[in-house]
Amino acid sequence: MAPLLSMENLVIAYGAREVLKGISLSLDEGEIVTVLGANGAGKSTLLQAVCGLVGIAQGTVTYAGERLNNMKAYEIVLRGISLSPEGRRVFPTHTVEENLMLGAFTRRKHTGEIAAARERVHALFPILKERGRQLAGTLSGGEQQMLAIGRALMSSPRVLLLDEPSLGLAPILVKQIFDIIREINKQGVSILLVEQNAHRALGVAGRGYVLENGRIAAEGPAAELKSDEKIQEAYLGGAALKKRPS
Amino acid sequence: MQLLLEQLINGLTIGSFYALIALGYSMVYGVLKLINFAHGDFFTMGSYIGYTMLVFGIAAATAQFGPWTGMMVALVVSALGIALVGILVERSAYRPVYRAGRLPAVVSALGASIFLQNTIMVIWGPRYQAYPAELIPAMRFQFGQISITLLQVIILALSFILMAALYTIVQKTAFGSAVRATAHDRNTAALMGINFNRVILFIFTLGPALGAMAGVMVGMYYRQISFTMGWNYGLKAFTATILGGIGNLPGAMFGGLILGVLEMLGAAYISAAWKDVFVFLILILVLIFRPTGLFGEKTAEKV
Repeated sequence: MAPLLSMENLVIAYGAREVLKGISLSLDEGEIVTVLGANGAGKSTLLQAVCGLVGIAQGTVTYAGERLNNMKAYEIVLRGISLSPEGRRVFPTHTVEENLMLGAFTRRKHTGEIAAARERVHALFPILKERGRQLAGTLSGGEQQMLAIGRALMSSPRVLLLDEPSLGLAPILVKQIFDIIREINKQGVSILLVEQNAHRALGVAGRGYVLENGRIAAEGPAAELKSDEKIQEAYLGGAALKKRPS
Repeated sequence: MQLLLEQLINGLTIGSFYALIALGYSMVYGVLKLINFAHGDFFTMGSYIGYTMLVFGIAAATAQFGPWTGMMVALVVSALGIALVGILVERSAYRPVYRAGRLPAVVSALGASIFLQNTIMVIWGPRYQAYPAELIPAMRFQFGQISITLLQVIILALSFILMAALYTIVQKTAFGSAVRATAHDRNTAALMGINFNRVILFIFTLGPALGAMAGVMVGMYYRQISFTMGWNYGLKAFTATILGGIGNLPGAMFGGLILGVLEMLGAAYISAAWKDVFVFLILILVLIFRPTGLFGEKTAEKV
């Protein structure tokens, strides 16, 4: 079976600088796949390319048998791909409820479906129901992250792209967010998860890719990546442990 | 007391012209961060279209159905015509240069302004034109010592209805919410599935249409119109926009009204010859002491 979402030889350049230098990656229906990498490895660019926010220089992005290259961002959302962007990007002067409704903008004519999506989101993040009338800018960082994910789910996507959902959150919240990611996946949403927290990400994902300087340095089942020595050194604190003077 | 109240009414009347024009500046700036210098000329052109309608086009309709229908037809035709002009200007003068950054767009806007002004001059001639007299019965309402004309009542009522309608659309509807989201963060708005070009279409039809209706009302109020008047009104409306906080729609409305009232009070109590000086003095003071405007940006944002 063909993967739900795939990238072939993807090259993205900002001016003359190539950020992604030929990436091939796939996400099957029902999977959680994680993309690991340090700052500046090109992880966010990858997700933005899928969403149509950055232009594709070479290669293709295919979703459900359709090429997404050169489609506008809003056309891609309509097809069932939703991104929770890095840094949350909630609309601070809109209320929490208005933010959620913006997430459902493409479905705005289907009120029944929106009500169901809203219920699901409220069940995942009860705090969003409680804070519905509050301006999103007044939420805490963790609550904003929940809002960003909840907002992305409002369009009832088939594929959810998550860009560093754990960034800047307290450890207890990080655990909570990853539990919720697993729960969303159980509800049938395929997830492509970009993370720096490799330990947690490999904990929820079935497979993973490691991105280094715009290329894929390693890929494989999560369990394999976890036990890979090089990856442990680079992303799981292995190097730090070894360097510690005895 | 009588002078004060009457100047207050006069001020609100011209303030509502400023407010209607200011809304167009503010909407375009909010979404594109572009100061649309051609906006004053949309206003002028709207005034001239209304003039043509009232003088020639609908003389028959007026004779048939009375002045009210004539006035409404003039307003609607002018609004629709200028909405179309707004779209055309956006497509031809702004859209091709968005990618080049903000400064080229501003220069292009100045060019569009000069182009429109000259177009108006070529079509309607360089001389002043006069709106027909007595379009609206010259009735006056007397409240104690204060009198207010029927025309003023119509202008105030219509302006407030238009502003309330725009405010409702932008604040309460799904599409209005999308417009505000786009103004705040264009990329994230695109991720919600909002089509940027639709938002552009929205601001470049409603903004010019409101300006055009202000133009027709100015024609009916002062009766004399000229092809260069867009510059002066545009500048004052722009001042009103800054005064209220650019990009903020209630700010533009109140900024316009406040500016109109201050201008009229200054004219009455200090000197009519200096009234423009007050306006720009206000602009300078706001820019020095409160550059985000009276209504400023809501700063609920967490960084």
